[in-house]
Amino acid sequence: MPITRKKSKVSNRSEVEEEAKVLCQNLWKIFGPDPQQVLSNIDDGATKQEVLEETGHVIAVKDVSFEVYENEIFVIMGLSGSGKSTLVRCINRLIEPTSGMVLIDGVDIAQMNNAELRQLRRHKLSMVFQNFGLLPHRSVLDNVVFGLELRREKRKERQKKAARAIEMVGLKGWEKSRIYELSGGMQQRVGLARSLAVDSEIILMDEPFSALDPLIRRQMQDEFINLRSVVKKTVIFITHDLIEALKLGDRIAIMKDGEIVQIGTPEEIVSQPADDYVSEFVRDVPRGKVVLAESIMEKPAVLISSDQNPEVVIEELKAKRAAVAFVIDADGKLEGIVTKEQAMAAAQKRLTSIEGVAQREFPSTSPDTTVEQVLPLVAEGNVPVAVLDEEKRLLGVVTRLALIHAMYAGNETNDANE
Amino acid sequence: MFDFPEFFSFPLGDWINITVDWLTLEWAPFFDVITIAIREPLVSLEHFLWWLPWWAVIVILAAVAWRFAGRRIALFTVCGMLFIGVMGLWDETMTTLAIIVTSVAVSVLVGIPLGILAAKSDRVEAVARPFLDGMQTMPSFVYLIPAVFFFGLGKVPAVVATFIYAVPPCIRLTNLGIRQVSSEVVEAGKAFGSTGLQLLFKIQLPLARPTIMAGVNQTIMMALAMVVIASMIGASGLGLEVLRGIQRLDVGQGFLAGISIVIVAILIDRVSQALGRTRETGLRRGG
Ligand SMILES: Nc1ncnc2c1ncn2[C@@H]1O[C@H](COP(=O)(O)OP(=O)(O)OP(=O)(O)O)[C@@H](O)[C@H]1O
Ligand SMILES: [Mg+2]
Repeated sequence: MPITRKKSKVSNRSEVEEEAKVLCQNLWKIFGPDPQQVLSNIDDGATKQEVLEETGHVIAVKDVSFEVYENEIFVIMGLSGSGKSTLVRCINRLIEPTSGMVLIDGVDIAQMNNAELRQLRRHKLSMVFQNFGLLPHRSVLDNVVFGLELRREKRKERQKKAARAIEMVGLKGWEKSRIYELSGGMQQRVGLARSLAVDSEIILMDEPFSALDPLIRRQMQDEFINLRSVVKKTVIFITHDLIEALKLGDRIAIMKDGEIVQIGTPEEIVSQPADDYVSEFVRDVPRGKVVLAESIMEKPAVLISSDQNPEVVIEELKAKRAAVAFVIDADGKLEGIVTKEQAMAAAQKRLTSIEGVAQREFPSTSPDTTVEQVLPLVAEGNVPVAVLDEEKRLLGVVTRLALIHAMYAGNETNDANE
Repeated sequence: MFDFPEFFSFPLGDWINITVDWLTLEWAPFFDVITIAIREPLVSLEHFLWWLPWWAVIVILAAVAWRFAGRRIALFTVCGMLFIGVMGLWDETMTTLAIIVTSVAVSVLVGIPLGILAAKSDRVEAVARPFLDGMQTMPSFVYLIPAVFFFGLGKVPAVVATFIYAVPPCIRLTNLGIRQVSSEVVEAGKAFGSTGLQLLFKIQLPLARPTIMAGVNQTIMMALAMVVIASMIGASGLGLEVLRGIQRLDVGQGFLAGISIVIVAILIDRVSQALGRTRETGLRRGG
């Protein structure tokens, strides 16, 4: 099943200098009777296990910093007990951090009093839970209006917003059903609708699909991706499933024992794991689903304009040992391609330019297509696939060799030299 | 030599008497207020039940039983109440019903808020727990003593004694029910910005309802048991009939009154249990 992950433009954020929607800085959470004491005496090298044995305190979140940008899906991934739930609850202060800072739109939430915190939760942040966290004594509709009800919105307004959210998650017609009548997948749709109804800018999702059957889970992931193309939200998504993380995340943070060991795009995580822990994780990942065309594309060997003489083209192809020449216009837009055979045919006919023989139909793709999706294009014809940007400018080409390397190399271990 | 040495004896009994005397004197207005607060609704209810025609009472009770507990209990109600009427114990039964309803109402009005407090604060729970344990292990007639001291004889001290005896399960199970609410649902409430009261009324109480109702049911059963005993301090009703039966060695009279109590007990028990069951479970009225 191809992954239709839409690559966002966040990878180059650092240059743009944009304010983070959510920023966590040096966040700590220590559980136990005297966390401050443990925090001030903590030895940098001490592991979670050592601290637990020595002091009886659990370090759930350890010096975590990251930022999440507007409309980004930021995935936090880690094994059970790595502190994901604790971390995400520090963002809406369901759990008070032991130390560190959380800024939402630049506002420090630790400074908020109860009323301000309530306003923040009612309007800016909403949450989806692993076991849905629904109210079993209420109908679907009454669950979805819950957040609006807490805000004391007018009844009409409430019903309207709830109906829209219910429609978005595909539960239309189920409004009056009781929660226990629904399957797990449908219950989580209710959870999703509840958080969509309040129209918050940020949604926190703590393993929302983990309690579902694999098939339903995959379906929910796909629907979630579709949903996201309709409603723009900043999402912080927790999961223990790497495939899910790679599929959904614009960027992924990998957590281990309360620490973040790597933050990067799915592709960076797979192709450049920061340490053994991460590479162990990504070892079995089907790379074809993650690696993008833009990262394996090469510079086209022979670039020509359409008024080029066929003889010259043949010379150049021979010199570069290439089979295909790419015809571009003054703006760099790709007009067509010319194979060696076509150039030779043109030369025989004594044409003065290759314009007449250039092939207008050619395989092309966008830079954010996964390798797996490029594969059939290469298989079809014998020519490299052109990678074009939105204005049809030629960015590079993907050759069959590069593709095979990307799909299968590095899948065994990282140090396999090829 | 074998007797316990006299000089060790401790005038604790005297002290208690002094304290109680002081309380009855100095706190008289306080006890008066409580007396009025209990007596007025109790007497009104009793008179109302007497005033209602017997068939109206049966119809109302049967309708309630049908609505919440199903047809069989409704049928049982009709037969049972007819039996009571035929045995000539109708007015006594109405008095007993009034005392039970009042005692249970007081227990619920006091017990549920205390249970909520205990659920919201670990400290309150820690303080309340030994008291509740003690109260439930004490023999029931012990509660008659303070009731008589502060409220004299009659129905009001009967309600007070019944309340003290019957309130612990209400507090205990309200506390338990609220603490048992799934932490994720509570988190959901907080995450969407609920206030403490919104959390309580929209999430904790509705979800704790079956457990709370189980507590109320226990309270009702204990109140029923106490009502018989409370006849010793002058509460009229079915209990008094049982007591008279014992005093006069009139086994028949005592037995009939006893049967009537059982009928009322079954009726109230089934209906209050059904009240706790309906809705959530999805199994509608299990009969
Ligand atoms: N209230 C608490 N008191 C003490 N320790 C806690 C508490 N909550 C969490 N922990 C500990 O903190 C660590 C992180 O827990 P957390 O629930 O955040 O992990 P997680 O990554 O969400 O795991 P999972 O995948 O199982 O949900 C664990 O070691 C856990 O035992
Ligand atoms: Mg968790």
